[in-house]
Amino acid sequence: MLSRIAESLFWIGRYLERAEDTTRIVEVHLQLLLDDPSVDQDDAALNLLAVMGAPDTEAADTAEVLRLLCYDPLSASSVAAALGGAREAARRARETVSIEMWEAINTTWNSVKGGRLQRMRPASAFRHVRERCAVISGTADQTMSHDEGWHFLTLGRSLERVDMTARLISTAHVTSGAQSAWSNVLRGCGAHHAFVRTYGGVTTDSDAAEFLLLDRLFPRSVVHNLAAAEAALADLDHAGGRRVGFDDEARRLLGTARAALEYRPPSRILEDLPQRMTDLQRTCNRVSETVTQRYFSGATAATWSGGK
Amino acid sequence: MSLLFRDYAGTPKAFDEVVGAEGVRVAYGSVLRQLAKLDAEEVRARAEYLKSTYLDQGVTFDIGGEERPFPLDIVPRVLLAAEWAEVEQGVAQRVRALEAFLSDVYGEGRVFRDRVIPRRVVVSSPHYHRVMAGVRMPNGVRCHVAGIDLVRDEVGRFRVLEDNVRVPSGVSYVMTNRRAMFSALPEVTSRHRIRPVEGYPLRLLAALRAAAPSGVSDPTVVVLTPGVYNSAYFEHALLARMMGVELVEGRDLVCHNGRVSIRTTQGLRPVHVIYRRVDDEFIDPASFRSDSMLGCAGLVTAARAGNVTIANAIGNGVADDKLVYTYIPDLIRYYLHEEPKLAGVDTWRLEDADHREEVLDRLAELVLKPVDGSGGKGIVIGPRASAKQLDALRARILKDPRGWIAQPVVQLSTVPTMIEGRMAPRHVDLRPFAVNSGDEVYVLPGGLTRVALPEGELIVNSSQGGGSKDTWVLASDGVRGKRRRRRVREAIDGVPQADLGEEKVQQQQAQQQQQAGPVVKDGAPC
Repeated sequence: MLSRIAESLFWIGRYLERAEDTTRIVEVHLQLLLDDPSVDQDDAALNLLAVMGAPDTEAADTAEVLRLLCYDPLSASSVAAALGGAREAARRARETVSIEMWEAINTTWNSVKGGRLQRMRPASAFRHVRERCAVISGTADQTMSHDEGWHFLTLGRSLERVDMTARLISTAHVTSGAQSAWSNVLRGCGAHHAFVRTYGGVTTDSDAAEFLLLDRLFPRSVVHNLAAAEAALADLDHAGGRRVGFDDEARRLLGTARAALEYRPPSRILEDLPQRMTDLQRTCNRVSETVTQRYFSGATAATWSGGK
Repeated sequence: MSLLFRDYAGTPKAFDEVVGAEGVRVAYGSVLRQLAKLDAEEVRARAEYLKSTYLDQGVTFDIGGEERPFPLDIVPRVLLAAEWAEVEQGVAQRVRALEAFLSDVYGEGRVFRDRVIPRRVVVSSPHYHRVMAGVRMPNGVRCHVAGIDLVRDEVGRFRVLEDNVRVPSGVSYVMTNRRAMFSALPEVTSRHRIRPVEGYPLRLLAALRAAAPSGVSDPTVVVLTPGVYNSAYFEHALLARMMGVELVEGRDLVCHNGRVSIRTTQGLRPVHVIYRRVDDEFIDPASFRSDSMLGCAGLVTAARAGNVTIANAIGNGVADDKLVYTYIPDLIRYYLHEEPKLAGVDTWRLEDADHREEVLDRLAELVLKPVDGSGGKGIVIGPRASAKQLDALRARILKDPRGWIAQPVVQLSTVPTMIEGRMAPRHVDLRPFAVNSGDEVYVLPGGLTRVALPEGELIVNSSQGGGSKDTWVLASDGVRGKRRRRRVREAIDGVPQADLGEEKVQQQQAQQQQQAGPVVKDGAPC
């Protein structure tokens, strides 16, 4: 597969997941403000923007959060920008992406571009984006061969999901004064139902953290996605099994991160959580870099400098 | 006739393809009958549907970096089997002559020795590339794909307007138009026997594979696109997808030791045939424009070494030059010993002093075209131009007579087109596509009909606000008869269903309701 196409698929995976997760995070944020009137709106907005890596602003309010994280296509961390990015990446890989998947991505972009997202009520906008993302990933699953390209797509999606879940957990921690913080985070991940069915109704914060971080079966938990990314990399690595260790730096990084989570004593799960989540995000970035170096760097243009 | 067509009349000077002096022409009889069964509002709704599906599918072309859907009109353009046969033969003949001419120009040069065409006409063309002289193509083909632009004149006869043997585009719309029309007007399409166009990508792939360097039994074919901002990017992606080959950009290619490879996630993979959609000037910065970012340095060397086939060949531009156009009837007679089957348009060469004098006198009634322009760029239509424009034109002609030709104004034929919900005559042209595999020249039945949407406009080009029509070539009489119906065999079993135990469900329902509801009078409460 062409390096350039592989890179496009990787980014389709990342961007779509980013769009979906950003709506989830913003929704959790808005819900927190509703649930707990004692939270200072502007402070919470500033914290959220910081966690999401939006550019530094001195003051922020809910409207600003919505603009920077959802509507403004020029703001790098917005939903609109992520969907635009996914569409652009799909356009570059158009002969590889299945027709149905391209159409799903294209109609999604047509339905949000030019401020259309802004015209919906926030709740229905979030719902719309989430549903469209589900349509796209379902279509991809059903219409693409699960070959190399598919593994790059999965790799991108899993990495982004680890990254975004880590951010979501950070936001909860920041506002964890609020009683409902963790249950909101669970709802944000679409995990509340699964969580209650697994742990029953009476739970603690550390149960929630355990579920989101360590559950092997829930598809949005951090460990599940680290494992999925590892599996995708293993499938991509044609060198085959080795007797000793791994020669793929990206797999080493992912494995180390997963072990650090899984082998931590259960009693210390809430300890130092924000720092650990930041580390996890850093790991995701390193993995992304190493994957780029190993598989995509062929795509960087060589420029002809003769004749000048 | 349907309400939509009730007030329809062609334009006075031009040939209308639907309505003639004796009423509706044979080709369109059935189409109009079927359309008449739909109510006018319904037809308009279907036209709207055509617009929206193209937007969703991303069937677009780029103008100045903005993606726009390519407008597709609801009324098809219909050609009878006999009309098409004439076009098909004429186009194939022309392609064979152009092929012979090109291999002669870059080979022996017999045509110059025999004084059929002056050598200076060819070598002074900016598209003549000396670097390709003496290069033989593996199967002798240089125009793997050709698009011949045709128009119908005042009496409905087809005439060739220009040839495109460099990178003719538009074939993707032929395929998407057909598909869109089938879903928008199933009532009409299902009543006609229309020759299919879906086979084009396979024909093209076969021709490209046949052109592979000798000794390569399973060649790797790629489509080379300038990139997503190119106006025809949609087409490049569609062709690559339908042929099942990689779509590459210049930066995906590497040349080393006279061979070409693509960069993949598993390292470099050799390439044997490049169907390029990048112009000559940009294809190889080492040989042509050194600032090009679209090509790959070393491609020309690899092609000269015979390790890779570039399709269409580099340097083909000399054959579709508008000046060479005037010699083509002679070339057909010279190479094929046949009379041309399709007429051209009378043309004055302005480098010829007598011609120039005559043309400059009649500037206001002629069409002036720059010889190396394409896509309607730079064309001046005398009757529409102001005195000031004509003066400027005169000065430009005198400065560079080699650069211009003049033709009489051809009134292109018209076909009804939906404009703001009503039918109005609009001028159309036709670009049939020919694929040359070396053994035969295949002409795709139909081709792209472009329509000029502004009223009276004679330049039909997508970059000048044009639209398109689905072009139907009818098979024999074209009307689909009633076939004997075959009985559908019955399925072995019905569809399997989950077994919930129907009786038990009813019992349980009754009991569960009883429990929740009021106690039944004579039933014992449990």
